[in-house]
Amino acid sequence: MSTASAPKPDRAADVQKEESMRLQKQMIAGHYEDLERAPAEGRKVVYTFVPGNLTELLSSFDLLPNLPEINALQSGMRKLSGDYIQEAEKQGHSEDVCTYVKCDIGMLKKGNIGPTGRKLPPPDLLLLSYTGCFTFMKWFELLRHEYDCPVAMLHVPYQSDGRIHPHHVDYIVQQLRTEVIPKLEQVSGRRYDEARLQDSLALSARAEDDLVRVLESAKARPSPIDAYFGGVYYIGPMFSAFRGTREGVEYYRVLRAEIEERVRQRLGPITPDGPMAEERYRLVVEGPPNWTSFREFWKMFYDEGAVVVASSYTKVGGLYDRGFRHDPARPLESLAEYCLGCYTNLGLPSRVDLLEAYLRDYGADGFLINSVKSCNSFSVGQLLILRQLEERTGVPGGFIESDLVDPRYFSSGNIKNRIESYLQMLEQKRRAPAQP
Amino acid sequence: MRAELAALVQRAQQLYDDLDLATVRAWKDAEPGRKAVGYLPIYVPRELIDAAGMLPVGLLGGGDRLEIIRGDAYFQSYICHLPRSTIELALSHRLDALDGMLFPSICDVIRNLSGMWALLFPDRYVRYVDVPQNYDPQVGGAYWRRELEQLRDDFGRMAGRPVTDDALRQSIETYNLNRRAIRDLYEARSRHPWLYPTSELYLFLRAGCLLPPQEHTQLLRAYLQQAARESDRREQDQSRVVLVGMFCEQPPLGLLLTLERAGCWVVDDDLLLGLRWLRGDVPLDGDPVDNLVQAFLSESVAAASRYEPEGERGRWLVESVRRNGAEGVIFCAPSFCDPALLEQPLLTAALDRAGIAHTQFKYSEDTGQFAVIREQAGTFSDSIRLWSEA
Repeated sequence: MSTASAPKPDRAADVQKEESMRLQKQMIAGHYEDLERAPAEGRKVVYTFVPGNLTELLSSFDLLPNLPEINALQSGMRKLSGDYIQEAEKQGHSEDVCTYVKCDIGMLKKGNIGPTGRKLPPPDLLLLSYTGCFTFMKWFELLRHEYDCPVAMLHVPYQSDGRIHPHHVDYIVQQLRTEVIPKLEQVSGRRYDEARLQDSLALSARAEDDLVRVLESAKARPSPIDAYFGGVYYIGPMFSAFRGTREGVEYYRVLRAEIEERVRQRLGPITPDGPMAEERYRLVVEGPPNWTSFREFWKMFYDEGAVVVASSYTKVGGLYDRGFRHDPARPLESLAEYCLGCYTNLGLPSRVDLLEAYLRDYGADGFLINSVKSCNSFSVGQLLILRQLEERTGVPGGFIESDLVDPRYFSSGNIKNRIESYLQMLEQKRRAPAQP
Repeated sequence: MRAELAALVQRAQQLYDDLDLATVRAWKDAEPGRKAVGYLPIYVPRELIDAAGMLPVGLLGGGDRLEIIRGDAYFQSYICHLPRSTIELALSHRLDALDGMLFPSICDVIRNLSGMWALLFPDRYVRYVDVPQNYDPQVGGAYWRRELEQLRDDFGRMAGRPVTDDALRQSIETYNLNRRAIRDLYEARSRHPWLYPTSELYLFLRAGCLLPPQEHTQLLRAYLQQAARESDRREQDQSRVVLVGMFCEQPPLGLLLTLERAGCWVVDDDLLLGLRWLRGDVPLDGDPVDNLVQAFLSESVAAASRYEPEGERGRWLVESVRRNGAEGVIFCAPSFCDPALLEQPLLTAALDRAGIAHTQFKYSEDTGQFAVIREQAGTFSDSIRLWSEA
């Protein structure tokens, strides 16, 4: 879940400024400006979540989405989250629970100044898309208490057996018709316009095609992208306010062209510390990144020549690379299937199958799990995922622990040591003579 | 303690200590072909299991009576204790008597545990029970009906015979009687907490996780009767409190005893909430699956795992305090329990608005040291008694 602005290098001159980076920065900044101006301009604002987001539906009502997870991770990257979390804990929120929630509550208590320094407007509606994360439900119960505004609840059943059942789709569509759309109509003062939604979904599908081509470019050697650290930038517009928009389509067109050019030139990824010169290790990563030390974390990989060729985190807002596309011919059904298929809404067996396929399809040398304290939806079962993948593929896995936005849980020396040790093990394995 | 009551308590204690499910094995051995289905906290439609002629078995971890040897290797340090002891029980073959497992919708830990189960035990029946969070009969109700029908079909296949409407009505009646007995016990405790101390009542509730429902109802009725005759149990000057947060990972028995010794009579709680999830009787007339659906939508307790948009949980808690004449609330939640800990600020705010005193601490099912809890609970009890006298 990212809409971070493009990587900021220490030595700006060393880093190629791609057009897509400039575009994304402009889009994100523009969105926060729109949010700040919304109350004055009479625009209505809907707070919602990344997994299972209904961006096209919101924009069909001219509603502006605001995503508290993204505000939290942006606050983490800008070193603001520590104070926010402590503020929330002072107000009685447990040290044991999700730090996204506490960062958001803390930000609210300190004036609701967003990560770009602009005031965030209060919500006119809380669209609780309960997709793949129990905490979402309690998060918006807490926000409702703070804001006293209406809530539209969308319950998305969990795909424990890895299949989308027709009655699950029916259930979600019925909720859209009877709960979500009426509340969007009420808040926006507009009638539901299915043709407008369909237009938007068609734009989504075009951008999704290009995003998939970008993600799958990592199958090339060397990979032109880092599909984890770089990947969070690539998914930014798609997972936030720009799915189903012309700006989104343009962004992914430009990005795809840039990446395809890098493939032609056999170039590695661009990182904040400069282009990756030599690809020594190709890795698959499971779990969200740490945001408070994001650049330092990325540099640990960069220094070792480790490139992430596929990641599960970049699928929390949709598994487009497995074939899903928003379908304007079946607008509400398509939104339902989108919600059902988000990564954290999948049962553990499906997650293991997906990661196994990534290891195989992307020619990875190894896989790392970054287990974050805050997120039980991701973290519970990761040690079993590690065992299962090792058993199925014979590839050894690495395991590191950190947190999303609580700087107290990023132990730099310990994590660096683990990454280096893990990569040394891969190197030894690579050099060992093949077993007869 | 009189012999009659002592025998009942001893029986309940034996069931509490039965981590190996010897009771379940004995039940299965009594008749060829019998099967048992386990479930984790909190709500599953046990009527469907019973109607298939199978035994619903509630699993509540290993408490403080199980050494964790393998379970810790599956979970990071920041995850609650219940899943690690549950995995330990399974890997040490203590759950082999179970023919299937249900994982209720309560939090992401239990949800993901269902997937771990499917990976670790691919030959056993496992199902995640995803209850509706939409309470419109035409929407959430229609979805829940389909889920229940699927469960009914699954249990019919497991049992080797279809689950008929008549069998389901019979099971609904059986559980109505069981829930009535539990409600009576809670009301009796609220009136006379010294006759039904929670550390003892809890053992009788726990028995419902292993016994067939009819047998459990008989045991509850016998306890209600016998404890009332216990003349050496006298009213004491203790404060009356409501306990909140114990609906999933269970506290060690020593913790409940500690609260009583610290001067607290527990007059309401959310222990073993699944056994009394439905507040009223489920109707016996008409379509039994529809009746179960409707009961879930309209008769479910206000629980942390349910979507509560309008501050229902806070109202429920304040109402419980008032209905039971409680003087304060103790938030007593397991470490790392998302549902309990995330909602605590909302509940404390509701109590503050109502002027109700509260305190809070955390536990783990294997907590063995209670000195700090005793001191905190004792101080709380003393302070609210002073306030109430003022």
